[in-house]
Amino acid sequence: MIASLRESIEADAILYQPEDLRPYECDGLSAYRALPWLAVLPETIEEVQAVLRLCYAMGVPVVARGAGTGLSGGALPIENGVLLSLAKFNKLLEINVPNRTARVQPGVRNLAVSEAAARHGLYYAPDPSSQIACTIGGNVAENAGGVHCLKYGLTVHNILSLEMLAMDGERIRLGSGGPDGPGYDLMALMTGSEGLLGIIVEVTLKLLPLPQKAQTLLAAFDSVERAGDAVAAIIAAGLLPAGLEMMDNLAIRAAEDFVHAGYPVDAAAILLCEVDGLAEQAATDCERARAILWETGAREVRVAENEEQRKKFWAGRKAAFPAIGRLSPDYYCMDGTIPRRRLAEVLERIAQRAAEHGLPVANVFHAGDGNLHPLILYDANRPGELERTEQLGVEILKLCVDVGGTVTGEHGVGVEKINPMCFQFSPAELTQLHAIKRAFDAKGLLNPGKAVPSLHRCAEFGALHVRCGKLPHAELERF
Amino acid sequence: MSDQDIRTTLQDAVLQALAEGTPLNITGGGSKSFYGRIAQGRALAVSGHSGILHYEPSELIITPRCGTPLAEIESTLAEHNQMLAFEPPHFNARATLGGAIACGLSGPRRPFAGSARDFVLGVKILNGKGEILSFGGEVMKNVAGFDVARLMTGAMGTLGVLLEVSLKVLPKPAYEASLYQAMPLAAAIAIMLRWAGQPWPLSALCHDGRYLYARLSGAEAAVKGVCGKLGGELLPEAERFWQDLREQRLPFFGGADALWRLSLPPAAPLPRVPGKWLLDWGGAQRWLKSQAPGEGVFEVAKGGGGHAICFRSGDRHADVFQPLEPGLKRLQRNLKGAFDPHGIFNPGRLYRDW
Repeated sequence: MIASLRESIEADAILYQPEDLRPYECDGLSAYRALPWLAVLPETIEEVQAVLRLCYAMGVPVVARGAGTGLSGGALPIENGVLLSLAKFNKLLEINVPNRTARVQPGVRNLAVSEAAARHGLYYAPDPSSQIACTIGGNVAENAGGVHCLKYGLTVHNILSLEMLAMDGERIRLGSGGPDGPGYDLMALMTGSEGLLGIIVEVTLKLLPLPQKAQTLLAAFDSVERAGDAVAAIIAAGLLPAGLEMMDNLAIRAAEDFVHAGYPVDAAAILLCEVDGLAEQAATDCERARAILWETGAREVRVAENEEQRKKFWAGRKAAFPAIGRLSPDYYCMDGTIPRRRLAEVLERIAQRAAEHGLPVANVFHAGDGNLHPLILYDANRPGELERTEQLGVEILKLCVDVGGTVTGEHGVGVEKINPMCFQFSPAELTQLHAIKRAFDAKGLLNPGKAVPSLHRCAEFGALHVRCGKLPHAELERF
Repeated sequence: MSDQDIRTTLQDAVLQALAEGTPLNITGGGSKSFYGRIAQGRALAVSGHSGILHYEPSELIITPRCGTPLAEIESTLAEHNQMLAFEPPHFNARATLGGAIACGLSGPRRPFAGSARDFVLGVKILNGKGEILSFGGEVMKNVAGFDVARLMTGAMGTLGVLLEVSLKVLPKPAYEASLYQAMPLAAAIAIMLRWAGQPWPLSALCHDGRYLYARLSGAEAAVKGVCGKLGGELLPEAERFWQDLREQRLPFFGGADALWRLSLPPAAPLPRVPGKWLLDWGGAQRWLKSQAPGEGVFEVAKGGGGHAICFRSGDRHADVFQPLEPGLKRLQRNLKGAFDPHGIFNPGRLYRDW
């Protein structure tokens, strides 16, 4: 295999020594690690095609990898497989100002697109927290969201066409230069497909005009319930904030200790609400938001007086994850989405479960879209704590499904939520998802075992779940 | 208000069709029966499956059964000052949600607010094995499993029978104003591109061959501020104009020539095809009334970086939708097989091969 690969790819772009493979053993979900059999770092589409054709002929699984910032183990290598790094595909090919598009290779960083577009008064809207490092190929594979997707949508709403390689190496263009593509909407299907359907080698992104003005409000509440009501009231009033984020007390205190954003550390919850648009629009919306926040019982509402203060309001939110990281040796970030009206109730029930397990949970999340990110604090060095954490995590996801939500809002299923998928989908639905996979990848070689659980796996997981009321231990075949 | 659950009847009909090997022609209000290639198969009437199951204004979501009339959905939303922001064309009073989603059509607000598929959050379907399946849901963000819900949008019923669709809805704008001014088409393309690149609250932008029309939506102060920059006259009866554009009731759409829809990059030069043009969506959706042969129109659409659909009054036994490149065609055919392995749903309506 290595000899055959060397016919089409430079020798130093083929890694097989354990020490060379080590950097690829995990993505952002570092609890799961595996060394691939080989890692290849091709530089051209022809080279990727050569890798795929060889793997296809020899029946070798392929796992694609961008920046490796994913939080669900989607890029976790497979021990008998090839890890296909697209890191060298890092060229921003074209910014087309009249059409307001950017054509990029998959290894281009998310933030680099907006930086390059800024001088034309344009930007790329999806802004996952990891945007400084994460790449567009991974964003498409995971349908990445971010703080501003309440108003501006997810990755699926902001891409126009893709060039992909099928597992047999065939190059296929999806979408078009127009606002839609011919036939079935394969753009939607590829977005969020977690590397199971094809290898993305080029993406055309939609760019938006930069808003003239953004205005941010910070509201403090004495109860999480009131903060949750305020979120519903803002949406019901017909406002569509660019961002609407909530932090609970533990998260507020952690962030304040870390970056001194001036947050009220005794509040039960704070909301950050950002409105944007033309200056007149932002001013009108800001006044309405301020009034609603008061009416729903905020004890304090601050409006950022200038750009510096606005950035300070956001600094605490943006630093929340690392700030919470300082409280505890390890933390585990969940990603369920729920109907907004159930926010207060679900947060209450999460707090109860957390207390039962003796594990602190901090909440920092996209309240506007009901996308929760409970952070479970634990210490992996204490015996049993990782297992209790994982069990609490599964309980939280089950709760999300039970109230009409989903196990993953934006991080993807990967290996992490493969079992909770069994709560959300029936055997017939999973069978349909597998049939889609086969339509693209008949041999099942693209990122096998991720994203969609086998029926066998669900039967096993379901049985165990019912019988013991808890998950099997992590070391016993989680994947 | 309609409220009727006939899903088991529909399921039985699909199972019977499967057993007999009889293809089905899924039929809602019949408002878009002119669209696509010629229909074949026994009629499967789905408009009886109707009623709004769930509407939560503060969640911005609505879940109707697919036979629910679009008009009923829109009037329910209007009571809460909300709307279907993709402005689906009705084409007659019986138009249902299922037909709107299956055809995947959107109105003038689409380039600024999003398309039909952009607002689809979840679906319940009957697949070609007669199984009732749900994908997506009633939450704004959901990346569990492949995005089957959006895939169903525009699939012309060839992948399954839509039973329920959950949609994101949006608040109606606080204020709207529309302006128009006479302008040649080529100049209008340049102006539309320039305007759409500004951070302005545009919500529609079209040129009907003589006039350039723009709609602005948002806070009154913001809208009025931009009106001065656009120039032109205030459009009287603006709401009616945009509705007539959406419903293809403007004089442009009359006459016997075939009506083509070209989806192109907004900056694409005007293709050289004999006929007359109406540009919507800031230049990205171009309507062509022409007697030109289909192959020629498909060719120029492809050359311009987009694709074409013979929307009305063309040869419905020939290709209506842009012929696919071989690799893409193989994927789409495989996908059809994954949902409808026995080919019972709307055979030939989308492509002649399935």
